[in-house]
Amino acid sequence: MRMMTSDEDLADAAAAGDGAAFASLLDRHYDRLFAFCFRLTGSRTEAEDLTQDICAALPAKLASYGRRAKVTTWLYRVAVNAAHDRRRKRATYAKATNGWGDWEVNRTAAIAETRDKLDWLTAAMNALSEDLRDTLALVLDDMTHAEVAEVLQIPEGTVSWRISEAKKALRAMKEQEDMV
Amino acid sequence: MTDDLNDLKALMDQATPRADAARRAENIALAKETFAALQGSRDEVRPTAVTGPKGLWTGVKTMLNTITSPAGLTTTTTLVACGFLFITPQGQDLLRPPSAPQITMTEFDSTIPQPRIENGPLTAEELSESVVIQEAPKEGEGQLLLGPLETPEQDSGFMDRSRAEPEELPQIASDALGTQMEDAEIAEGVMDRQTTTAERRHTLGVAPSENTATVTPSVAPERLVVAPPAPTDDVAITSAQNTESFANADTNPLRIAAEEPVSTFSIDVDTAAYAVVRSSLARGQLPPAQAVRIEEMINYFPYDYPVPDAGEAPFRPTVTTFQTPWNADTLLVHIALQGRMPEIAERPALNLVFLIDTSGSMDDPAKLPLLKQSFSLMLDQMRPQDQVAIVEYAGSAGQVLAPTAATERTTILQAIQSLGAGGSTNGQGGLAQAYSLAETMAAHGEVSRIILATDGDFNVGLNDPEALKAFIADKRATGTYLSVLGFGRGNLDDATMQVLAQNGNGTAAYIDTLSEAQKVLVDQLSGALFPIASDVKVQVEFNPARIAEYRLIGYETRALRRKDFNNDTVDAGELGAGHAVTAIYEVTPVGSPAQRSDPLRYAPNTVAETSDELGFLKLRYKEPGADVSRLIELPITANGAPGTEANFATAIAGFGQLLRGDTHLGDWGYADAIALAAANRGEDAFGYRTEAVQLMRLAESLSRAE
Repeated sequence: MRMMTSDEDLADAAAAGDGAAFASLLDRHYDRLFAFCFRLTGSRTEAEDLTQDICAALPAKLASYGRRAKVTTWLYRVAVNAAHDRRRKRATYAKATNGWGDWEVNRTAAIAETRDKLDWLTAAMNALSEDLRDTLALVLDDMTHAEVAEVLQIPEGTVSWRISEAKKALRAMKEQEDMV
Repeated sequence: MTDDLNDLKALMDQATPRADAARRAENIALAKETFAALQGSRDEVRPTAVTGPKGLWTGVKTMLNTITSPAGLTTTTTLVACGFLFITPQGQDLLRPPSAPQITMTEFDSTIPQPRIENGPLTAEELSESVVIQEAPKEGEGQLLLGPLETPEQDSGFMDRSRAEPEELPQIASDALGTQMEDAEIAEGVMDRQTTTAERRHTLGVAPSENTATVTPSVAPERLVVAPPAPTDDVAITSAQNTESFANADTNPLRIAAEEPVSTFSIDVDTAAYAVVRSSLARGQLPPAQAVRIEEMINYFPYDYPVPDAGEAPFRPTVTTFQTPWNADTLLVHIALQGRMPEIAERPALNLVFLIDTSGSMDDPAKLPLLKQSFSLMLDQMRPQDQVAIVEYAGSAGQVLAPTAATERTTILQAIQSLGAGGSTNGQGGLAQAYSLAETMAAHGEVSRIILATDGDFNVGLNDPEALKAFIADKRATGTYLSVLGFGRGNLDDATMQVLAQNGNGTAAYIDTLSEAQKVLVDQLSGALFPIASDVKVQVEFNPARIAEYRLIGYETRALRRKDFNNDTVDAGELGAGHAVTAIYEVTPVGSPAQRSDPLRYAPNTVAETSDELGFLKLRYKEPGADVSRLIELPITANGAPGTEANFATAIAGFGQLLRGDTHLGDWGYADAIALAAANRGEDAFGYRTEAVQLMRLAESLSRAE
């Protein structure tokens, strides 16, 4: 019976304190949320952790869901913000510690095989700036530019511009590869 | 979606993994729990059907009163029933499957030695911008839910930060260690994971509030952080809070001489890896393979190689080739460099700056106290013209002892004894101060060296590793050397130590016992402090007509690009006074049954065909302080029998490969390594080689036990 209820009604009920509504809402969207987290982070481990962060924070965030947007839009916005927080939090730390390890590994990675393991996708996504990557992650999730704009809370024009930038970057990367 | 992105989307869809089922259940459970907790404080009296809080039933009445249609009535009643199940504790109990959350309770320990919360991953409090943290639970109630919500099979595909495995700690710790090397989360160790979990559970007591108050700083100290007390006995050190990281790389692969005839690397006179291996074995564990750097194990020992003649280069290369003990069909090419030992009286005056980590983590018998003893030993080796200064760094850096002549022993000893551990670590601040102090001490013709003693914590203050690397490399040009001494286990950031020492033209050693301090700081002090050759690079070109395949044993982290050999701006290892450096290649002669690759039918004919040389050795080095390198060249010929020294080095190389689990040794095992090493102990005035044989025996027993 609940499956018939719309996401928005479930979210409203959950915001009003309905635990079952909350549970089924989360159950409905968990897999998609996880897939999106993977697109944002590019790492399974990171995606699992990011999803956990979101799960832990979601109940408190529910209060801010005011039926102004679709639940998916709202959910993705929460995810993007959480990913930003996480990145910001990690950036300093990663620089201070992981950076050394990476640096050492890179310096010593004269063995070419190691580099081949990085597949094209990872390389491509990493080559993009964070903004472009987030935008692309949403578009690749079959969202329209308008929906993406709503999630990221930026004008639709900016989304279109970012996508064309991302395409340009990917094309350049492909050309470079072809030359090699 | 446009055509351009279709490829990417296809790739992405393919790459996107499915959510892990166990993790999914766990996360949803976590969310539900949080949700339920948000609906009301847990401290309230449990509502029952009779005493249930008024609001709930009032709400139902109101709803029922406004219901008009029968269908609406059914719907709403169901809603209420479900709401009841989830909102109230009883409802939850009813819903919870009997097997589900078996929560391990861990007593909250109020005396926390090392609250490290600054660097943890994102916590839920920080995630949500609009929460208020309720008062922290009183100490008595402060029971944290640390354990797993469920204990499904370990999924090796990812590291799960929400699970602690109390029963399998030692094993997990070493597993985690291995994974950390590949993982992007190198230093975010198991302890941090636990902390995160603790914090996350703690947020169950968080109450919602609509975009109002924020988390005030005063709340922060009350955050619950669980850290096991610092271990006091040796056996327990590798525990859940093990945040060690080691620098290493994949074992050098077999190279085909016809395709890649040239092998280039930098010398390495560090000894840290051997001491780490020893300390692991001494506590009854095989060392993690990542911790084993074979060249450092070989170069730990002094060798009796031929010394350079007066007036020649500061070191003398010797090359021997002989049959490989573990493979009768291959040869070992043993390359030895022996550095000159200048007369002690002729040593230039020395300016030493001790840069000592006094952060809280150094408060351990194997760290600061051992460090004090070690430096006291070293003081006896100083001469009247030498100077000593001490800088300590913890939360902030401070000068403990102004530059003082080494003759003022009492003053220096008092300063060393006055050091106490406390606070966090600001390695960079200390480093800057130590360098500027060293510069004030330097005079023409003197050697300035900073000796950094740390347990490897560089978490605070080092925000930009590239900048720090550039900083050290820049200071290197001023002539100040930087050596790193590692102390203690459990937190050892071997990778950072290596980077610092390599960029600072220094050596990295690991001090685990007072006798190791004696070796590094007394017996071999001259080598550690007085460089005789800088940027020593080794390049070997193999003759493809004689050698089919080769592999370099060890030196994985020291590989150089071929073209960097002749580039004097590329940094390489330093050779200290009296140091000996050994490198061993295993080579497969052409036509040997051990050859693993087929020869090329259409290989180009070269003059190599007519030469008996197996290869050609080139060495580059700079006189200390010089900018231009000098070249030494030497042909490698097949020349028979190994001496005692080469045999012992080979035994250690074999030992290292056994510890790393390398596949090239065939049936050759610990027993063979022990026999070879024991028979070639030589004079062994200090007993290092005897100790090595003992370690091999220990490793043999431990490997059987596994």
